[in-house]
Amino acid sequence: MSHEHVSNIGRIWKVFGILSAVTIVEVYLGILKPDFLFMNDFLSMNLLNWIFYALTVFKAYYIVWAFMHMEGEKSTLKSAVVFPVIFLILYILFILLTEGDYIYGVFKNSTIKWNF
Amino acid sequence: MEATVTTANSEEKTWGGGNEPMGASYGKLMMWFFIVSDALTFSGFLATYGFSRFKFIETWPLADEVFTHFPFMHGVSAPMYYVALMTFILIFSSVTMVLAVDAGHQMKKNKVVLYMFLTIIGGLIFVGSQAWEWKNFIKGEYGAIETKGGSLLQFVDKEGHRVALADFATTLSDEREQLTRSKGKWFMSEPALPSYSVAEVQAGFKAHPELLIRTEVLTKAKQKTILSREESLARLSQAHYVVEGANLQRNEYGSKLFADFFFFITGFHGFHVFSGVILNIIVFFNVLVGTYEKRKSYEMVEKVGLYWHFVDLVWVFVFTVFYLV
Repeated sequence: MSHEHVSNIGRIWKVFGILSAVTIVEVYLGILKPDFLFMNDFLSMNLLNWIFYALTVFKAYYIVWAFMHMEGEKSTLKSAVVFPVIFLILYILFILLTEGDYIYGVFKNSTIKWNF
Repeated sequence: MEATVTTANSEEKTWGGGNEPMGASYGKLMMWFFIVSDALTFSGFLATYGFSRFKFIETWPLADEVFTHFPFMHGVSAPMYYVALMTFILIFSSVTMVLAVDAGHQMKKNKVVLYMFLTIIGGLIFVGSQAWEWKNFIKGEYGAIETKGGSLLQFVDKEGHRVALADFATTLSDEREQLTRSKGKWFMSEPALPSYSVAEVQAGFKAHPELLIRTEVLTKAKQKTILSREESLARLSQAHYVVEGANLQRNEYGSKLFADFFFFITGFHGFHVFSGVILNIIVFFNVLVGTYEKRKSYEMVEKVGLYWHFVDLVWVFVFTVFYLV
């Protein structure tokens, strides 16, 4: 519970440091685009993009847990907020990205051209 | 007052009302569930972006080549630095917001006022930066040609550097005049004509043998395909439109959907930032006049804080999806 009202200033600045460091790493990788990450794919996406998404989720965790102070809430509230979001997002991503890839194949293999 | 801050904790009367099963007040809980639904809305948008991108995976524009501007650095290609700066501004305004919440817990009114003020300033700077980004995106830099088949052709020199239409297009005498109300009937007008006609671009291209055409298609090396001179001339003969900058119909960067998603998703996010600033300003004045001091609780600061952090959270994802990936 967050009702003890202790000051969290130290932790706030630490989290700010973490978020800034991760953003700097992202921008650095985005400008450099190392070939061994950029050219190798895993599940139709290159490794660099996987790293970007992993870092983004890492940052999201810190924003929700530290800044929105989810770490101080009851576990029922944590579950009620986090699980629906995670599972619905994974579901919609799976459906839409699979479908997008399928349509790409249809355009590529059909005799009708889309843009030419 | 009682409605905003409930303090009852009668554990034995779970269904009797007046208690907080999740340990958070009604207002805070509802803010959390609003955030859940808004998060799902944004993920719907971003997933749709992913859908369209996978659909046109071989022709999607490269973000590095689209967002290259930085204030006071004209003609310098600086991808990412500007959005990185915007990200820092938003993260920092999140920090000042959480500091305001923290000061509120300790009932330090003056500190809450200071940090709320800094948060509002940060939000305004972010919205302003967003506007500048949109301005550059809409204005465009090089211009391009759309073919009859709907694909986009850009111009490069021998080294593969982009060339703007203005650098090679000739001026022909049979230029069309913009139709305006003063030159026709009161209801007659047309959208702004591009600076050059298709014929002028084609003539200019023929006159500059060093120029080549770059198509939208990505090569194995994940670069845009550059055609040979003969292929370039053949492709350019199918030119249909001159595209300058971006709007909802077409854009000079590539896939038409790219600009649509950019406008819609960053616009929707920018609208959230704007409404967040308004909410922050309202709460800021409430803090100033001492509303929460009298209420003996700064929970309203915490609630707008939740919303403000959520806006930051969404930006973290928009940043990744539009600029990094």
